[in-house]
Amino acid sequence: MGNYITFPDLLIWLPLLAAIFSFISKDEKGAKNSAIVFSLLILGVSVATLFFTNDTQYLSYNYVNYIWLKYMGANYYVGLDGTGRLLTLLTAIGFPLILVSTSNSKFENPSRFYGLMMLTQAGLMGVFMAMDALTFYFFWELALIPVYFLCSIWGGEKRIQATFKFFVYTFAGSLLMLIGIIYVYLHTQGRVFADGTTSLHSFALSAFYTVQLSASEQNWLFILFFIAFAIKMPIFPFHTWQPEAYNQSPTSVTMVLSGIMVKMGLFGAMRWLIPVFPEASAHFKQLIVILSVIGIVYASCIAMMQDNIKKLVAYSSIAHIGLMSAAIFSMNQISVQGAMMQMFNHGINIIGMWVVIDIIERRTGAKKISELSGLAHSAPVLTILFIVIALANIALPLTNAFTGEFLMFSGLYNFSHWMAAVAGIGIILSAVYTLNMIQKVFYGSVNSLTTDVKDVSWNEKLVLIIIVGIIFFVGIYPQPLIELTKEAVNNLVVRVQ
Amino acid sequence: MNNILQLVWLIPVMPLLGFLINGLGRKQLTKSLSGIIGSGVILISFVLSLLVFLQIGSNHNATVHLFDFIKLNAFTIAFDFKIDQLSTLFLLIITGVGFLIHVYSTAYMHDEDGKDFAKYFAYLNLFVFSMLLLVMGGNYVIMFIGWEGVGLCSYLLIGYWFRNADYTDAAKKAFIMNRIGDLGFLLALFWLIAVVGTVQYDELFTAGNLAKLSAFDVTGITLLLFVGATGKSAQIPLFTWLPDAMAGPTPVSALIHAATMVTAGIYMIARSNTLFSMAHQTQVVITIVGLATAILAASIAIKQNDIKKVLAYSTVSQLGFMFLALGTGNYVAAVFHVLTHAFFKALMFLGSGSVIHAMGGEQDIRKMGGLHKHMKITSITFLIGCIAIAGIPGFSGFFSKDEILAGAFAHNPYIYSIALFAALLTAFYMFRLYIITFTGSFRGTHDQQHHLHESPKAMTIPLIVLAVLSIIGGYIGVPESLGGSHQIGMYLAGVIKAEPHHLAHNTEYMLMGLSTGLVLLSILFAWMRFKNYKIESDSKGLGKVLENKWYVDELYQMAILKPLKSTSAFLNKIIENRIIDGAVNGVGKLVNYSSRQLRWIQSGQVGAYVLLMVIGMLLLFFIQLFL
Repeated sequence: MGNYITFPDLLIWLPLLAAIFSFISKDEKGAKNSAIVFSLLILGVSVATLFFTNDTQYLSYNYVNYIWLKYMGANYYVGLDGTGRLLTLLTAIGFPLILVSTSNSKFENPSRFYGLMMLTQAGLMGVFMAMDALTFYFFWELALIPVYFLCSIWGGEKRIQATFKFFVYTFAGSLLMLIGIIYVYLHTQGRVFADGTTSLHSFALSAFYTVQLSASEQNWLFILFFIAFAIKMPIFPFHTWQPEAYNQSPTSVTMVLSGIMVKMGLFGAMRWLIPVFPEASAHFKQLIVILSVIGIVYASCIAMMQDNIKKLVAYSSIAHIGLMSAAIFSMNQISVQGAMMQMFNHGINIIGMWVVIDIIERRTGAKKISELSGLAHSAPVLTILFIVIALANIALPLTNAFTGEFLMFSGLYNFSHWMAAVAGIGIILSAVYTLNMIQKVFYGSVNSLTTDVKDVSWNEKLVLIIIVGIIFFVGIYPQPLIELTKEAVNNLVVRVQ
Repeated sequence: MNNILQLVWLIPVMPLLGFLINGLGRKQLTKSLSGIIGSGVILISFVLSLLVFLQIGSNHNATVHLFDFIKLNAFTIAFDFKIDQLSTLFLLIITGVGFLIHVYSTAYMHDEDGKDFAKYFAYLNLFVFSMLLLVMGGNYVIMFIGWEGVGLCSYLLIGYWFRNADYTDAAKKAFIMNRIGDLGFLLALFWLIAVVGTVQYDELFTAGNLAKLSAFDVTGITLLLFVGATGKSAQIPLFTWLPDAMAGPTPVSALIHAATMVTAGIYMIARSNTLFSMAHQTQVVITIVGLATAILAASIAIKQNDIKKVLAYSTVSQLGFMFLALGTGNYVAAVFHVLTHAFFKALMFLGSGSVIHAMGGEQDIRKMGGLHKHMKITSITFLIGCIAIAGIPGFSGFFSKDEILAGAFAHNPYIYSIALFAALLTAFYMFRLYIITFTGSFRGTHDQQHHLHESPKAMTIPLIVLAVLSIIGGYIGVPESLGGSHQIGMYLAGVIKAEPHHLAHNTEYMLMGLSTGLVLLSILFAWMRFKNYKIESDSKGLGKVLENKWYVDELYQMAILKPLKSTSAFLNKIIENRIIDGAVNGVGKLVNYSSRQLRWIQSGQVGAYVLLMVIGMLLLFFIQLFL
């Protein structure tokens, strides 16, 4: 086992270190700055992981495997494959963007706020790298609990109600998954350690992948895991915690939730659900794709009816997640590749959406679309940047989301022609609600709320320009993203065929 | 040979560059600089397109590979440009007519302030970039990128004056209706990928790959592609956005909503002619839709009083003619008509812009009249446009329209007679427009009359150039029966396997004579009817229906938008909030409620606990004994 510091180490311990620094800092500046500096450092590490991918040895700088609870066969086992690289990169890009764009917001107890934020990042990093079921579960909860505090302490008026629902809902899912994990664990082969001893069973991912279960066992376990992931994503009809949680959380937390945390559910399905229960996945995929596709159209319809901007974006996100889920459960190479790319791109775009919405809310105090008008006059730069991001969000060609959506639809079409056609209605409806919002918020004449709105400040502009830069780079040249994850996609698809 | 082909990527990149300079520097650039940059980049692209045209001649073609856009195990989508006779012809139309319209815009948009002026040219450049991608793309995905790109630019330019809610409504409508069509296009691509595994023209249109497609596949794919075409090219049922799109600045209407973007659907089908020729059911559908659109739009145009609306419906109708040609397998005629239509319709739109400019923004022809005296160049060039579109022999429209009609006749005389009727309507409404606007006496206000003037040179010169092209543009397609060699057909022969219509020369002469005679009668009728035009009272009966555009918008409102809205409201209010969320909250409430009930057990009174113990023991005892 390597004696040097590995990438997974850095990606988990740096945020933890940042959290500690933030917790102990006395003033807001210290807490905020240590969070920002560390998050940039983490970004640097994460970018570096992209260049050290030729991982021929079993254990090298990309994997950490320490014995944790030996008698139980549980290791602290984390590592980076293509999927892990992609999602840790998203996390690493997301956090500095979130922290810098919201650095104008004032929080009570800032040291705790930033400490909890960084703790969340550590949890997310762990989830995306875990190669051991117990490690996975540990980080899964580590990511959830700080978010609970962040929402319930710094959230909006109805925060307690919203957070309670969010927490109980997702936690109930987690418990079902824990039951599932334990059941699978009890059927695994033991782990052999270097000193020749063996454990009775093992939590290792590889042990889970080789576990022998009867068809009916697989089906029940599949349902337990699936509900946990379905709530987290969320897909129809497990989604009702989400709009209120997005609406009530402080914006930076909403960004973490919608940009990064929902990917935990999709990721979980790709790593811990489909490959562990391939037969059950084949059994249920039809049903899940149907649910997902209903969710796309359903959420798009509801998004059209929203007057609250945050809820509109929340429902549009449910629609987008529905497409990703449909693509993952179509389980062919094209669709999974598309979903993989879209996990990254959706994260970037929706963080961009929230940045603008936060700016509008802070500048005008308005939460409703109907209260706003004519922002294009008072804030032209903001308008242009937002329109680019919003159009990327509805997957216009040459923006980042296009390739992902194209592949997802193409793969979904291979799965079922009619599903793809029905899901395609979402393409039309997404244009309807997005253009409606743009028209009402930005076009028209200014009103009393919007006359004196200041255009973007330097930090907001910086964040938005970086996001727009990513949008166009990935949009015009998506191949690097495909190369990064191609092998992971193949591995998954091969397992289920 | 290869030198210029290595530079073809510059053709779309030049307008992209113009977009970036004008877009990013809109605060710094002066108006004249914005105009020069905006028009200059298009001129460079035009020159490059000419060089390409000369280089490839009529028997070369090339695929220029830039990079791999998407590369999976299952398929590869390359960022390729296909340079052949068809794309080159469109390159020349787009950059040539585009350049004239850019020049015209420098004068037409001069009252805008500097920032907006630069923004306008940025959007216009971006449009040209997208349109060039659309026609140059070496596969359907690149075409689709341009396809959605032009839709976006159209949206931005229709809503250019974004203070006005009607205009932004029109912009939104255009984008959304186009997206409906785009979904059809996309599904066709997925179908192709699923069955053939490629969307690259060079690979797809080979006998081996086409053989993979069953008859059902071919029909389905072509129908879906056609759905895409109806959106972009404003055919039934997705045509109602185009008349509304007239909210944009007039040069935009000329470039996007007449000469180039709306012909994208024709380009797409001409590009896929091999596929469409295999799908006879689809061809029947295209013929019917084209014919119906041609006649419906022409009938509406008769009763419109907004100068731009008349031209808009005329465009829809002319596009219908082009689809009729496509449906009857007469691809070359369709492309030919795209070319001549680009000349005369751009001419008439720019002419109407000149009129609107002189009238201080007035677009209602009832308030015009007698403008010929005040603006001779505009009037004469507009008249040339009218003659060309009406199909008077010698002018460009005659040759292309005649070819479409002849093809229709060879196909089916009934189709021919309906198409001929639409052509007569065309001549009628165009001359109605000309007569009411330019002849008679002025009916506007005194102020307007005082201000009437001919437009500046930057506007009249493009008019004159387009007028000349509207006359001579047809001579590249003189049919053999008139002693020509139909150069455009020969030119496109490599791309389009033309199906020659078998008509005897005598029949052709007869058809030409018939249509020419009837068109002249139609014009005469318009002259008699409108030479002493007075503002009419409200029309009744059919006239009212036509004035209200057959109530198609109202029908869509009733049949689609309202149900969609009420369904969404129902989902939002009842399903989402009551049922799904209600169930989730219900579980929470149930837990809460039962906990509250159970709480009473923990009363803290020893007597109660003893009682419970006794009951429990009795229960156990009972169970033990009897169960």
